[in-house]
Formats: sequence, structure tokens, C-alpha cells
Amino acid sequence: MSKIQQVNRRDFVKLIGLASGGILLGCNVSTSQKEFVPQEKGTFTPNLFIQIQKDGTITLLASRSEMGQGIRTSLASAIADEMEADWKYISLKQATGDAKYGNQNTDGSRSVRTMLLPMRKMGATAKLMLISAAAKKWNLAETDCEAKNHYVINKITGDQIFFGDLVDEAAKVEVPAQERLTLKKVEDFKYIGKTLKSIDLKDFTHGTAGYGIDVRIPDMKFAAIARCPVTFGTVKSFDQKAALETIGVTDVFKLERLVPPTGRFFGALGGVAVIANNTWAAFQGKMNLDIEWNYGENKSFNSVEFQEKLRKRVHQKGKLVSGSTGNVSAAFKESNNTIEATYTVPFLVHAPMEVPNATAWFKGNEIEVWAPVQDPQTARAELAHFFEIPLENITVNVTFLGGGFGRKSKSDFVVEAVALSKKIKGPVQVVWTREDDIQHSFYHATSVQYLKGSLDVNGQVTGWLQRVGLPSIVSSFKPMSDYASGFELNQGFTNNPYNLTNFRLENVKAESHLRIGWMRSVVHIHSAFGNNSFVDELAFAAKKDPFEFYLNLIGEDRVLEGTSDHPFDSKRLKNVLKTVAKTSNWGKKLPKGHGLGLAVHYSFYSYVATVVEVSSVKDKIKVENIWTAIDCGLVLNKDNVKNQLEGAAIFGMSLAMFGKITTKEGAVEQYNYNDYRMTRMKDAPNIEVTIIDNMDTDPTGVGEPGVPVIAPAICNAIFNATGNRVRSLPLADSGLV
Amino acid sequence: MNILLSINEKSYAIEAASETPLLWAIRDIVGLTGTKFGCGVSQCGACSVLIDGNLIKSCGIPVSFAVGKEIFTIEGTSETLEFLREAWNEGNVPQCGYCQSGQLIAATSLLDKIHHPSDEDIDTAMSDNICRCGTYTRIKKAIHRAAALKNKSL
Ligand code: FES
Ligand code: FES
Repeated sequence: MSKIQQVNRRDFVKLIGLASGGILLGCNVSTSQKEFVPQEKGTFTPNLFIQIQKDGTITLLASRSEMGQGIRTSLASAIADEMEADWKYISLKQATGDAKYGNQNTDGSRSVRTMLLPMRKMGATAKLMLISAAAKKWNLAETDCEAKNHYVINKITGDQIFFGDLVDEAAKVEVPAQERLTLKKVEDFKYIGKTLKSIDLKDFTHGTAGYGIDVRIPDMKFAAIARCPVTFGTVKSFDQKAALETIGVTDVFKLERLVPPTGRFFGALGGVAVIANNTWAAFQGKMNLDIEWNYGENKSFNSVEFQEKLRKRVHQKGKLVSGSTGNVSAAFKESNNTIEATYTVPFLVHAPMEVPNATAWFKGNEIEVWAPVQDPQTARAELAHFFEIPLENITVNVTFLGGGFGRKSKSDFVVEAVALSKKIKGPVQVVWTREDDIQHSFYHATSVQYLKGSLDVNGQVTGWLQRVGLPSIVSSFKPMSDYASGFELNQGFTNNPYNLTNFRLENVKAESHLRIGWMRSVVHIHSAFGNNSFVDELAFAAKKDPFEFYLNLIGEDRVLEGTSDHPFDSKRLKNVLKTVAKTSNWGKKLPKGHGLGLAVHYSFYSYVATVVEVSSVKDKIKVENIWTAIDCGLVLNKDNVKNQLEGAAIFGMSLAMFGKITTKEGAVEQYNYNDYRMTRMKDAPNIEVTIIDNMDTDPTGVGEPGVPVIAPAICNAIFNATGNRVRSLPLADSGLV
Repeated sequence: MNILLSINEKSYAIEAASETPLLWAIRDIVGLTGTKFGCGVSQCGACSVLIDGNLIKSCGIPVSFAVGKEIFTIEGTSETLEFLREAWNEGNVPQCGYCQSGQLIAATSLLDKIHHPSDEDIDTAMSDNICRCGTYTRIKKAIHRAAALKNKSL
């Protein structure tokens, strides 16, 4: 991080929308090592700041998008804690999308991981300045003063001065060097590691949190777009008469597809746009369109046939992936206990409650956008590229996100809004219908995996062969990318947490005929499903209890140093496993028809183990209980982590029980929540989350690691309850729900 | 056509096609955006409102249906809703918050009818409301809590 300094630029204050006055402290943080935070010469535009006003209010910058993961609250709490601020004085400003705020891509469960230390230092700096100011007033040494709950206290006399009353004096104090800062000890934390309620609760319970879809600009129009049912199909011709006659519709026109340059951006699908005075009129107009499409080459894409194709391929030799070790063929030959299994995960879609939408105003040489985006900088860069407007003339205002799950990292809907605004020369909001969202997404890929394993007479795993067919995310950026890439396989396949001597991973061809994207937990959903289902099958073949079998398979204590900043530590994985065995009372006697299933996974540098209890009544499965334990290092906000893990359990259940996108003749067959079903209140189990106390370790991911374990734990529980092994998701396909 | 709506005890004169779903009349024409769009086909409950005290998915009925009736949305206030808000705060229920308007309205309708709801009552009453973030366990707890708060005050 750069030096923390005072910011005196009036334009900066204006840019952020801060009231002037008070102290404004800022610094620049590079949030990934490779990243460079560009600064205009001679100016200082912090990407982290604190402003303290005379009335005691403290305003912080939220540079990450809030989509339910509680990031605004978590990051603010770190500053407030080090500063000894009273939580009730804290408020947040949401940053626009701009590289000067560092990496804003809210993805990969990385926000807390990368920003915690700089935020803490910032708080400690502000505290020290306030203490210096008070010490000067009292003519005391700084060490005779301490800060507590928004006051600086004179340790000798017990006198105290309110933070706000110190602002003028503190502004004259030289910003202390980082070496002078002492960060709080874990046992002194007041907010970090404790439970803080969401800073946005009041807005959430009064309908006043502003999501993208709530943006209202005077004289704005509303738009809907009819897109080709087949990916990348184009408009051949269309009849707009009925659409134009729809009450409230003002304009109908063709929108060309915007093809992204190789390697970056998302572009826009194009189609026929309907502009109207309100959202519903736009939706109606769209329904009244009569369009003839050129379906293009994806017309023949049938997802069921495709999975069959992958299934054939994984039963033949694939490309050897580096990271394989030993000799599996020899191990298989030696063993007289080998087993094989094939697992399938379907295409999935994010379906966040707030559909994709964006509001844009193209003003000639300037663009302003309001949108629920996870990655506002990419959106901004993408707009600069397609509309040939200088970056500095583009403002991307980040609203609240009504869920993201990876869908809102892709800014295609923002590009659409700007294209529409440019055409109609005024502000416009494009709103996707739920059907649009389900049928034109960037899908979580389908996968087929083949596994073969061997056991020795003691039930030890001697060989592990895994073949994976998985359309790659890279195909959305580089056509013809027909194999899962290294970064994808490195999500639980090449780096499974088992201690295997003979391990062989092969990659098979898997073309893309849909836009492939990433969804919460990404490839870990596939790897955790294959790995944990197969371990359970091996344990059964070895006649061992799955818990003991896992412990043994994870193996001796070891830390894989040098692999990353957060090296894998097998002890921590075994610890979550033991914890969850305890909380679930693993091995207990169960009511008739009930079963327990276990899954363990390491993702986003966090360690998770889950036990699921299911009951089976008349061949229908109900998930009764879920126990999850997570070790994510230092915990910023306990209740928030709990909430995330509870939500992850439900998210994992939705995909395990119902989630499935299929295509026929290139078109997605599902429409809405009626046929792309979600877990509902009546299906929701008891969920018990245990957070491992590990406050001395760096924080790791929280938003995603809870998801991958759920589906395999459910399937393992079903096997335990009924003897029925489910190898293909979702359960609805097997008639179990 | 000209339509007169009464929302949270305030009247609004608007101009709307009579078949416009109430949801879009409220959001785009009246301009109260707390009521949310989630599916448009009565599947998710994000658009829940009360009409003369009855729980209705506003995406599924025409604005004309609400004429002459009292509409209650998340921007409104009632004794029950305030207890629910308190319980929602205590339980730190929301994640992204988007579904919570609808959840709170559905819960208001439940507690207005049943003073001591059981888990099963909650399952039945709340299963029309999807929360993609998965806050169900918290919602259930908060409804029990709000019921307790409310009964204590009676
Ligand atoms: S928007 Fe009305 S039920 Fe979903
Ligand atoms: S809190 Fe996000 S959908 Fe319910």
C-alpha cells in the first residue's frame, strides 16, 4: 500500500460526493500483487479513505459491490475497530467503477482476503492522529492518552474529548509513518471477529435500498430486448407493427450484436429492442414482436446428446494433465479391489432475484451508467471500447445488487443499455425478464467425470484416475477453447486435498455452444461432487466408515508451502472434518429411513466439511439437517460468515435437488422459477454452522466455499439412507424430490 | 385511463392501461420501488403486497383490480410490520435484501391472521417467497420472534 496521507483536493471530495471539511485521510492499495494502481501525475486519489467530520460522523469508501455477502459492513468494521470508533457514527459511500480504486472485481471471495490489512492500518492511522491532537491539547505524551468508543481519554485525569471535537487539531498533525502504528491484538478487537449487523439493515427492511432496477432518471424510458433463442443467432427480419401498437411502446428497432474482441469483455447479444414508457409495456411489446431468426451453427446443440458425447469421451483416454503423479495403471493391476463411477452435473444458471438490468445515459461524448455490477471497471472499459468514448468520460455508478453469484460480473446488460440510450438519445433502463435471464445467461458448465480407484487389502487407496469433460469459461473469451483450462482444473481437480501416491488426471474435449460463465463456487461444484461421491464409494468398497476413511485419505499433517500465499494445510482440513463429525454426532443411531452423508472440500483457500442428514419417505428425499464447519482464518464478522454459510447450504440444495438447464435445437428449455426451481421455505432444513476460531491466520474466502460440499453430502446421505447411489444431478431427475 | 390508487393510505392519481399489472403501476408509474420484480408469473413473491389486508402477488393482477381498495406495500407501516422489522434487525436476516420486501409483507399477512404460528404455519405461508440468498432459517426464527414481541405487547 502507498503512504497514508491527507487528501486536500476539492474535486476528489466532490467526485465522491462527500461534504467538505473535516479530515480526509487516504491511501492507495493494490489489491492483487500484479496490479498497479494508476495515479495521475502530481495528484493523489486514494482508493481507501476515511473522512471524519466535526459532528463525529465517519465516512468510508466502499469500493466493492454489495450483493448480499455483507462486504460493506465487514470492511467498515475493520477500520472502525482499529480506530476505536463508535459504530453508530459510521456511514459508507459506494465508489464508482474506476481503476483508481484498485481492483473492484467482486468475485472469487477475495475482498476481505486482500483488503483487510490496509483497512486496519488506515483506522490505526486515524486513531493515532486523533490521539496526537488530544495529547497536544492536554500537553501530555501520546502514551498518556488512549482512544475508546469515539473519545480520546486522558489516562491520568480521566478527562475525555469527543472525536469530532478533535478534528480541526488532528488535521494539522503530520500523518504518522506506518512504522509508528500498532495494530490491535486479537483479544482487543471490538468489532472484528464479533457479530455486527448489516449496516444496510434499515434500507433492506423498508424497501429503500436502491438496486439497479430501482434507478429512476427524469424522462427515462424502459426497454426490453428479444434475443435469439439460439446463442449468437441473428435477426433475419421482423414485423414491428403489433409491437408498436402496444400501449406505452414508443419505439422498436434492431440491435446489432456487439462481438467482444478476443480475450476480453462480454459484448452484447443483440436482437430486437422495444422502448416504452414503463417496463410492462416494453415486455408486452416484446411479446408482440414477430421475428424471423438466423439461428446459426448452435442450432443443432442438444444438451442431452452432448452429455452422452462427453460420457463416451471420458471412457476413453484423454489429455494427461500435469500434476499427475505415480503410476495408476500399475496400481490398478496390482489391486483386486478397483471401482469405477461416472458423475454428471448439468448446466446451471445463477438466477439472482434481481434480474440483469442497467440504466444508461449516452450524452454524446459522455456516458453515465447506473447498474448492479460486480465488476464496474470491466463494464467501464468495455463501454470505452464499444462506444469509443474516453474512459474518463464514463461513469459507472454501482447500485446495490439483488444477488450476483457471478452473473453480474458480466456486463453485457450494461453494454445493451448504453447502445439503446445512444440510439434513442436519452436515458433508458433495460430490464431482462426472468425468462431472458434463464435463457440467455453465461451458464455454469455441465460436466461429466469418470473415476477409477483401487484399494489394497487394508482399504488404502492405491490409485486414482479421473477424467473430466467440462466446457471452458475461456470459450466465452476465445472461441474454439475446447478443453477445460488449467485455472479451472486447479479448482479441486489437480489440487484435490488427498494424499495420493498414484494419481492421474485427464482432460477430455468439451466444446461450447452456450455462453459459458462462472457461477458461485465455479468448477469446485464439479470437483467436489466427483471427489466426494467417489471417496464415499471407495469407503464403502473398503468397508470403512466414511469419516475414518476421509481422515486417512487426507493423510498426515502437511503444509504445501510455496503453492500460494495461503498454503494448503491438511491439519486444518482434518480439523473441520472432526468438528463437523462432533456437531452432527456422526455415527449416532438414526431414525428409520434417515441417513448421514459427509463431504469435505478445500476452496478459495478455506476449509469446509459438511454433514447432511436426509430422510426418505416413499422414495422422496427430504433434507433434515445440515452441519457445516468452516476454517476461513481470521473472521471479520461472525454472524455474516454464518449467514453466508447458511445461504450456501440453500444454494447448494437448490442445485442438488432441482438445478438443470437443458437445450433442444440450441434453445434453453427452461423459462422461469416454475421449471428452474429453487429451494423454498418448506424444503429448508435446520442448518448449524461452526466457525473454527483461527484469528491469528490470514482471512480466506467465505462467500463460495460453503456451496460445493452440499450436493455430494446429500447424495452420500441418500446412499446411507437407502442404498441408492445418485451419480447424476439433479435429484429431481431420479424422481427423488 | 385515469386511475386512482390508495397506497399506504395516500392517494395517487395515475394514467395507466387498465390491464397493467399492479406491480408495474406501483413501481414505474406511481414510483414506489420497494415492491420488487422477481419473476412476473406469481412464482417468487418478491412483488407481494396486501390489498384490503389480503396477501396478493402484484405481478399477477391488473391495476384496475386495486381501484377502490387499500394497498399496503413495504413503504407502509403497521404494528405487525414494525415488530417484524425489529425481529429482522435482531436476527440480521437479509443478505442481498432484494426478496425481503416480499418476505416482510408475506410475514405481515401471516402474523395478522395467526398470532402464534407454528413452523408448519410458517412453511405454508412463506413457501411462495423465494430467497435466492437462502435466508430461510433466519426468516423463520424472526417470524417466531416477532410473534413473541407482538403477543407480549398485547
Ligand atoms: S414477481 Fe410477482 S411473484 Fe415473482
Ligand atoms: S436476501 Fe437475497 S434474495 Fe433474499
